[in-house]
Amino acid sequence: MADPILSIRDLVVEFTTEDGVVQAVDGISYDLYPGETLGIVGESGSGKSVSTMSLLGLIPQPPGRIVRGEAIFQGKDLLKVSKRELRRIRGRDLAMVFQDPMTSLNPVLKIGFQIAEAIKAHNPKVKDSAAKKRAVELLKIVGVPNPERRVDQYPHEFSGGMRQRAMIAMAIANEPAVLIADEPTTALDVTIQAQILEVLKKAQEEAHAATILITHDLGLIAELADRVIVMYAGKVVELGDVSTIFGNPRHPYTIGLMDSLPKLTAEEEWLRPIPGQPPSLISRPPGCPFHPRCFLSQGRVRCREEEPELRPIDKTAHLTACHFAEELEGRVGHLAEPVGAGT
Amino acid sequence: MSSEQGLRDELTIGPPGSQYTMSPAEGPADSSEELTYQYGLEVEARSQWAYARRRFFRHRLALGSLIVILLIFGAGVFANFLAPYNYDQINLNALSVAPSWHHLFGTDSAGRDSLSRVLFGIRTSARVGILVGVLSTLIGTIIGGLAGYYGGWADNLLMRVTDLFLTLPLLAVLLVAAKYLGHSTPTKLALLLAFLIWTQIARIVRGSFLSLREKEYVEAAKAAGAGDLRIMLRHMLPNTIGPIVVSATLTIGTAILLEAVLSFLGFGIQPPTPALGALLNEGQDQGIDKWWLVTFPGIVIVIIVLCINFIGDGLRDALDPTQRRVRA
Repeated sequence: MADPILSIRDLVVEFTTEDGVVQAVDGISYDLYPGETLGIVGESGSGKSVSTMSLLGLIPQPPGRIVRGEAIFQGKDLLKVSKRELRRIRGRDLAMVFQDPMTSLNPVLKIGFQIAEAIKAHNPKVKDSAAKKRAVELLKIVGVPNPERRVDQYPHEFSGGMRQRAMIAMAIANEPAVLIADEPTTALDVTIQAQILEVLKKAQEEAHAATILITHDLGLIAELADRVIVMYAGKVVELGDVSTIFGNPRHPYTIGLMDSLPKLTAEEEWLRPIPGQPPSLISRPPGCPFHPRCFLSQGRVRCREEEPELRPIDKTAHLTACHFAEELEGRVGHLAEPVGAGT
Repeated sequence: MSSEQGLRDELTIGPPGSQYTMSPAEGPADSSEELTYQYGLEVEARSQWAYARRRFFRHRLALGSLIVILLIFGAGVFANFLAPYNYDQINLNALSVAPSWHHLFGTDSAGRDSLSRVLFGIRTSARVGILVGVLSTLIGTIIGGLAGYYGGWADNLLMRVTDLFLTLPLLAVLLVAAKYLGHSTPTKLALLLAFLIWTQIARIVRGSFLSLREKEYVEAAKAAGAGDLRIMLRHMLPNTIGPIVVSATLTIGTAILLEAVLSFLGFGIQPPTPALGALLNEGQDQGIDKWWLVTFPGIVIVIIVLCINFIGDGLRDALDPTQRRVRA
């Protein structure tokens, strides 16, 4: 495999709150390879957004604080470069698609102006007319009909799906090397979601970008991702190819997530949620953070006392952070049904 | 015309001459949006400004006030063409005469035409008012903007300075300053006033920037690599322009009033330059029977300030984007 384009090592991000220090991201490491789509899944508060936002310097500091770790991108550590340099990288080499297109566009500025701004922020010499022309081109790429007219409209004249297309157009304006999509379809209708996924795929091809896709929607992951990171309580608990993670999961949390999906073929009348609540990140349980909710743990001492390391399964690229991952072999039955987008 | 014909006319939508049919002759349109454009079904969009203008023009009091203000300020600007006499022209044959066709507003004890003096006085007051409006808005926006955007210690420092200015007893400071600055020209007085009354705008802009800073589109702009200055000027300022315009307008009124007060007390614009407040001061020296000397400048001040406040109200209603209701 080629060299990773972005490589994150032992990233720890804390937030200081009135109740104490929240460890939002607790020592995660992963690599992103050129051209691939890396999915990050996890519950709300599992640290998936914070882990990527901190790379871009977009977490408010204070209360946020990057305690340690490194993020090597094009030979530079994103966590150590100057603010000025980071600003140059943002939007040019690392671009972001935000969750809610309704609030992520400035209501008083024309769409075309906002896309042109994204271009001109990094290429101040580009003429207004050229930037606008490029904006029209970009809108065309992301499938906004009548881009010549749309470019002069305001966000309130765009529907949610169209706005998200415009956001994607802004993100790929400078052909970034890495595209970060933070729950890009969460705020959209199910029917629009599928379209946006297509646009995202196309945009990624157009910009030759590697993509980090942050979501809690397993369907989206199955649809788009090449590799998957499962996060729980600020940690990576499982990492592997999308087919491996879906077909042969080796962490009880991943299995729980998949079991909790509604299935058309299953005969159960009730959904099967994971019991309990995600742990408080202020006082995390000792040992494995998942053990109080784990069906596998069953009160085993090792789960309670020893924090599991992320380790490879059968010496492959499939990593899991469970002491008893081997016991999970063969638990694939209920995942036979393919999971589609928008489930 | 048969009723059937009438019905068909009603169903015709699109550019003149085109008939709406389900299968367009130009070939299949692949999305409803294209259909919309093809048949001219889309609603012509108005910009925020168009909406604001429309709302303002429907606000009769504000519109009327705007017209009155334009007339009054216009009269001041063109005073040298409109005024029947020069403001310091002395007519010894008409000392302290009551309003007449020759002297519409009467004359003072030196035989100077009061109407001419009021017109030139309007010019002085308008100049002071507008200069103060522009300057204090500039100062207030910069200080408030920096405080709101950067927050933290910068905010604390700048806002404490603002508080300090707010606690100053305005009139006392103005009187002392006016005394020590010596002979007041309109520009000097305007600078002094602007230096003292920018605080309100600073607070408004700060509050607005504080809340805008947390907006997702500002974060998105940051993620797109926009610098601080670009975010402040391009993304946040346009969202604050409404309140800024409103309070700038009201500041003009305040400034004209303050100028009048200072001039009336004899610390403002110095004679022979006519200013509305100075005219009042001169008028009251000459006794109650020369009523025209105080009445006309007084009425003009009241009308100007009242109109400016009405315009401010109208602008506030028009520029508030949450208010989509159009006045009937």
